[in-house]
Amino acid sequence: MIHTLTLSDLTVSRGERRLFHDLDLTLRAGEVLALTGANGAGKTSLLRAIAGLLRPDAGTVGFQDGDGNPLDERQARGREVHFLGHLDGLKGGRTAREELGFQCDWLGHTQYGLDHAVEAFGLKPLLDLEVRRLSAGQRRRLAMGRLVGSPRALWLLDEPMAPLDARWREAFAEQMQRHLDADGLIVAAVHDPLPLPTRTLDLGALT
Amino acid sequence: MSRRDLDQEPRPPGLRGATRVLLERELDLAWGGGGGPLLACGFFACLTAILPLAAGGDPRTLGPVAGGVAWLALALASLLSLERLFERDMEDGGLDLLALGHLSLEQVVLIKALAQWVAVGLPLALTAPVAALALGLPASLTPLVALTALIGGAGFAFTGALGAALALGAKRGGLLIAVVVLPLFIPPVVFGAGALERAGSDQPVGPALALLCAYVLFAAVIAPFAGAAAVRNAQG
Amino acid sequence: MFGLSNPQRFMAFTGPLTPVLWGLAALLLGVGAWLSFSVPADYQQGDTVRIMFVHVPAAVWGLGAYAALGVSSFFALVFRHALADAAARAAALPGAAFTALALFTGSLWGQPMWGTWWVWDARLTSVLVLFLFYLGYMALRASIDDEQKAGRAAAVLGLVGLINLPIVKFSVDWWNTLHQPASFLTPGSSGLDPVYLAPFLTMLAAYGALFAALWLTAIRTEIRRRRVMTLRARQAQEA
Repeated sequence: MIHTLTLSDLTVSRGERRLFHDLDLTLRAGEVLALTGANGAGKTSLLRAIAGLLRPDAGTVGFQDGDGNPLDERQARGREVHFLGHLDGLKGGRTAREELGFQCDWLGHTQYGLDHAVEAFGLKPLLDLEVRRLSAGQRRRLAMGRLVGSPRALWLLDEPMAPLDARWREAFAEQMQRHLDADGLIVAAVHDPLPLPTRTLDLGALT
Repeated sequence: MSRRDLDQEPRPPGLRGATRVLLERELDLAWGGGGGPLLACGFFACLTAILPLAAGGDPRTLGPVAGGVAWLALALASLLSLERLFERDMEDGGLDLLALGHLSLEQVVLIKALAQWVAVGLPLALTAPVAALALGLPASLTPLVALTALIGGAGFAFTGALGAALALGAKRGGLLIAVVVLPLFIPPVVFGAGALERAGSDQPVGPALALLCAYVLFAAVIAPFAGAAAVRNAQG
Repeated sequence: MFGLSNPQRFMAFTGPLTPVLWGLAALLLGVGAWLSFSVPADYQQGDTVRIMFVHVPAAVWGLGAYAALGVSSFFALVFRHALADAAARAAALPGAAFTALALFTGSLWGQPMWGTWWVWDARLTSVLVLFLFYLGYMALRASIDDEQKAGRAAAVLGLVGLINLPIVKFSVDWWNTLHQPASFLTPGSSGLDPVYLAPFLTMLAAYGALFAALWLTAIRTEIRRRRVMTLRARQAQEA
């Protein structure tokens, strides 16, 4: 299980523009890192680089287990990393049940987790609807279902709270807290501060 | 619950479960909403109907080219639904999800191509004998038409998936896929139509079938690697 | 070769080399043209044999350019080298032009020899397929806006094409055996008359020098273009 996330000398560019360089960071189980900075500072790119979806110019992203042994990158990402970006990967033409089922099946789930996800995000009344009929907030809750439904140690979240109203923000904060209590790790790009004690990395101040 | 659900071994355990799950979803996406395979078969039927109208319905003209025309229509119809194969997952972030599963991207590309084969290649292979009959191919050859169309359809699906992955992020993706992929369709068309022609002139079809199978295997090996490289490139 | 992978060193090395190649190409083309017209007409083909001196080298170097493109693609993909990407990009247009010239002159030669502008013989068809590969490569490159992504996607296609070309060539040959006995007079098959060897080889070398000159010039232009783009981007960022 991922216990530590280590970034060393990480340098990432988009096209000709260098977003940040020589970033060093260690995040341990139970910690939240909030990424802040203006639009275009590289919050999303950093998340994608950690998830292995973006190839950095230089430097490495490493995962270690509780004893400090390095984990195989490909395996760690394929089994223990959640990435929830602006786009949620939900198919408009399929029902919420099918989509939640597929996402959790694909990522690996426990029945307990799936039931818990439905309960935690109030998904029960949505399950038989087609995804395209859902509002932005409902859709986001459905996408969040996979975070709880499929237990993975590292959550990478890109402005997760944005489309949610106050009630569901609170509910999601509760789930984040439970994840941390279970020795999970969270890296989240945010505009507004998270309602949790966090470490903060201001990407705008790096360059 | 604290550590409890983190400690439980997540399902599905490994390759088979994940393969089945993705295959089911891909087939559902291909069949649901719009019915891509029906569209491909309809297009196939239209092409078959237009040829006699363009070239004259005389069986003496049509008969000799029936097998070849059926193969040309098959290749063109196979192109139709390729554009959406990866693009629909690119647009809504689904590719990011697929990249973080238990399977490697190479396996994902392979499974998507297989689903494309089952969803589009199979119905087309069932339509092909009917089209060939209508064009005047002897009825005794129809099983061979279906068989070669089925094998060739796999070749179209693999090379087509590669083209679809390459065209990710491109303007006018559909047209681009056609230009990129059609030259790669030449060998299966040559071997498939060649098999029919040999059978028509009472020559052995074994070599042609063997070459067709060899090309499909070759495509099945190359396409996942090249396709995964193209998908990664489009993602990052 | 790897020493040249540094763009500065590449520019410094090819700077004086490029005009030399252009000069060599012009000289060889001149000599080749003179030789082509000074040899006697063929007893069978008449004066049309002279088209061969334009046609065959164009086809050979059209294929050679694709090999250059494919190998450059490999280096661009594996080592992610910007220069290799520039080289692959630069090889496409001259290669396509040579291939188009081969098709055009082939059909010019075919008209008096076969009595028709186009014959589906295996060689011509293979060259046509090669041209289609170039078209696909250039179309892919042109349709993706992000240049880096366009470069890498094109490199994958270039490499796949390189592996696929022999297979396609084989399938075309196989197809040809099915359809027509090789009753046509194909160049080279009946053995080249030694008289024609000198102009043929000169023209082959001339086209080679011409391709090298075109290729290097295009790579140098591409490197300069990228430098300008980088400078502009930097200016925009500082402004």
